[in-house]
Amino acid sequence: MLAFVVRRLLVALSVAFTVSVVSFMLLHLSGDLATSIAGPEATAEQVEDIRKQFGLDQPIVMQYLHWLWDALHFDFGRSYYFQDTVMGLIGERLPITLTLGGIALAVATLIAIPLGVLAAIKQDTWIDRLALLIAVIGQAMPSFWFGLALIVIFAVNLHWLPAGGNATWQHFILPAIALGYYATPAMMRLTRTGMLEVLGSDYIRTARAKGLNERTVIFKHALRNAVIPVVALMAVELGFMLGGSVVIESVFSLKGLGQLAWDAIARNDYPVVQAVVLIIAVFYIALTFLADVINAMLDPRLRVR
Amino acid sequence: MSVLLDVKNLQVDLPTANGMLHAVRGIDFQVNRGEMLCIVGESGCGKSMTSMALMGLLPKRAQCTAERMAFDGTDLLTLSKKERNQIRGMRMSMIFQEPMTSLNPSYTLGNQLCEGILKHKKISRSEARERAIYLLERAGVPYAAERLEQYPHQLSGGLRQRVMIAMALMCEPDLIIADEPTTALDVTIQAQILRLIRELQQEFGTAVIFITHDLGVVARIADWVAVMYAGQVVETASARQLFSSPVHPYTQGLLNCIPVPGRTAPGSHLQAIPGVVPSLVGELQGCAFRNRCDRASTECTRSQPQLISVDGGQHQVRCPVMTQQWQEAV
Amino acid sequence: MSQPAVSLSPATSLLPVVPEWRRMLNRVLGHHGLTLGAAVLGLIVLAALFAPWLAPHDPYAQDVSQRMIPPIWHDKGTWDHVLGTDKLGRDYLSRLLYGARISLTIGLVAALISGLIGTTLGVLAGYFGGRVDAVISYIITTRLALPVILVALAMASLVGGSLQVVIILLGLLLWDRFAVVARSTTQQLRDAEFIASAKVLGASTPYILVRELLPNILSSLIVVVTLEMAHAILLEATLSFLGLGVQPPLPSWGLMVAEGKAYMFFQPWVIAVPGIALMILVLAINLVGDGLRDMNAPEGRN
Repeated sequence: MLAFVVRRLLVALSVAFTVSVVSFMLLHLSGDLATSIAGPEATAEQVEDIRKQFGLDQPIVMQYLHWLWDALHFDFGRSYYFQDTVMGLIGERLPITLTLGGIALAVATLIAIPLGVLAAIKQDTWIDRLALLIAVIGQAMPSFWFGLALIVIFAVNLHWLPAGGNATWQHFILPAIALGYYATPAMMRLTRTGMLEVLGSDYIRTARAKGLNERTVIFKHALRNAVIPVVALMAVELGFMLGGSVVIESVFSLKGLGQLAWDAIARNDYPVVQAVVLIIAVFYIALTFLADVINAMLDPRLRVR
Repeated sequence: MSVLLDVKNLQVDLPTANGMLHAVRGIDFQVNRGEMLCIVGESGCGKSMTSMALMGLLPKRAQCTAERMAFDGTDLLTLSKKERNQIRGMRMSMIFQEPMTSLNPSYTLGNQLCEGILKHKKISRSEARERAIYLLERAGVPYAAERLEQYPHQLSGGLRQRVMIAMALMCEPDLIIADEPTTALDVTIQAQILRLIRELQQEFGTAVIFITHDLGVVARIADWVAVMYAGQVVETASARQLFSSPVHPYTQGLLNCIPVPGRTAPGSHLQAIPGVVPSLVGELQGCAFRNRCDRASTECTRSQPQLISVDGGQHQVRCPVMTQQWQEAV
Repeated sequence: MSQPAVSLSPATSLLPVVPEWRRMLNRVLGHHGLTLGAAVLGLIVLAALFAPWLAPHDPYAQDVSQRMIPPIWHDKGTWDHVLGTDKLGRDYLSRLLYGARISLTIGLVAALISGLIGTTLGVLAGYFGGRVDAVISYIITTRLALPVILVALAMASLVGGSLQVVIILLGLLLWDRFAVVARSTTQQLRDAEFIASAKVLGASTPYILVRELLPNILSSLIVVVTLEMAHAILLEATLSFLGLGVQPPLPSWGLMVAEGKAYMFFQPWVIAVPGIALMILVLAINLVGDGLRDMNAPEGRN
């Protein structure tokens, strides 16, 4: 088990490193940052000044190493636009995005797993078909549009919940539904197929043969085994949700990490952009790593290896 | 000896895309307390469906009817789901064919051994564990106490089957149904498991329905035998009668498939029954075995043969031609 | 085509053989989701192709006197503008029809680019295994860790958003699933007999990969094409909605939602119409994809 964890950890770390290289290169090679920062009206001299000021005249490898060294000390430099350090901004915004992601995941799980289990137990009935319909429609709805629709219905027409901002916990409900709904179909389908596969297995027959009641058979014997791959998917989906927060946060004007990234992108504030991309990637890597470890803990067959 | 299980005219039908599949076409049998009944037949003859019907574990779409399916006086078919659950696992339990996949990979053996008895009987956790350890030891599992903390994947197939046997005995059932419990095992382990089942059966006085395709196995353990073909019982007799004087051509064919030490010469051909099992979809016309039978005549196509006694007693055969011949010979 | 080496005997040729395509057709028609999806998708494709003839108005023609006319099912709707007009007085139905061209183009081209990249990587990884596989798997893992929307937004902002940029960006970002599927299917086929016999016959590796292997993994890849088309269409709409994708005045459906956002409180149809169009298109593609996947699965698995 320990060897497994250590091996996965090493892979995760090296992927994180590669991601940092790639995201750095992508931003530096896809255009001249100095010209972008200076703006369209700047003279050649002003551009040159900016190039020097931000160290953009150095070879790109040096720029990267410099940035990496600082990043390893949790120093991502100062924002060009906001009057703050990048770390300060992130420290302020990250909790909001994590809260949003956490609630969204909870929403997704609470819809997906019961619905998936129900669809499997009631296979080929209208409940199963309804669940499938929800999944297919969910996969087809653009999340920004779903968010807007939620605002129009629940905030504007029904006045049940606030439309935007992050003052209270109520402010998180609509964005969490909009973000979580997107992860629901995949989780529901996986729960359903997992349950169907497990319910047809020999050990479920054994459990039934013991005269256990159906509830024990389904929740103790079937769900535990069916849910193992779903847990891994949950971690991965949370990673996607953090990435997708940029869309939902801008729709609901939640001042989280995604909104920060969005503002920074619009203003060519690239130290912020770089830091956010890296942090979200590192979260994703950490979550997939966590998924592997949880998987190994839930499945005794993996635990021993 | 008293009758523990009395089954009359049991039928199991499965609707399929091509029509109704008659897996079991009205079979009768009885099991006495402490006795071992072997149900023998090729795959697809309905023997597993019979065991599933007895346990109430048929797939949802299957339709199961019977004139009578009485277990110790109570008709199983009239019981509610809850009442059925109280008998299942408690008074009748089952050992399955696939020890490798019949245990839940996510729970310890101790957990899986004890959960049934904890549900059915008023018994403390530690008493349940003690019983589990005792039965594991009786089933020949070494280091029984430590095994309780282990997971199924840590055990070999033979050991897992011993665990399954111990599990089946946990509640001291009156009846154990063993569905090909040795088929998936190595030959040497097969013999050990057979001996174990026979020993434990005699020790605990449990009735056993042993389902197998292997007459060699039957010869070693059975008290009573029912030979099944295409969803019907074609011959039933005590083990001694069946092996000394098989009457139905199918039983004779099966017996000719087994090599007998001392009698079957090395290099000689073992007989095989030509042909395949007929489709179970649709109704039977005449004798189900006639297409593979070397004694078949036009008479066999005309009507469905009935199960009739050959000796005036309990040796019954579903073949009027052979019954007549046998009776004349005697 | 040369003469067949063995001619069929009269007896076999007299048998009522159901042609392969007929059996496939039966399976297609027996699968309602696939039929429905294909029909809707076909309609949208036709609408996009014939947009210039179908559109009642010029999608770019502004008319201040005709601003914000509601669709026909509203009291104030007119038959002249069946789906209403936007804040600049442009006909919504016409813009919707032309917008279908944008969505379909982006979906198709982006899926083709990413399909090319992903399949190449996946086949190489699956066929050669060992170190090649390790490196390519690592690349896939790294790609998965990058937040697509953020990276696409940042790069679109640096390069400048446009139809072409969006297509290329999405093509370069969405190849991961192609790679994963191509890799695993190739691994399954790598040791198949027809590959071995091609090797024995002295076929070159590129020949084996392209002529022997590729046709056999194509059916699973087509399912991925549908998935990634839907994915690309949704991402384009998202990028355009956020202002960094397709630029005005092009009638991208995502852009139409963004332009209608300010009016959605009082006239929700301005975002409902393009949003539902987007949903129907993606739904149709997903239904086709699901149907194809079921058909690829061995028969009787349903």
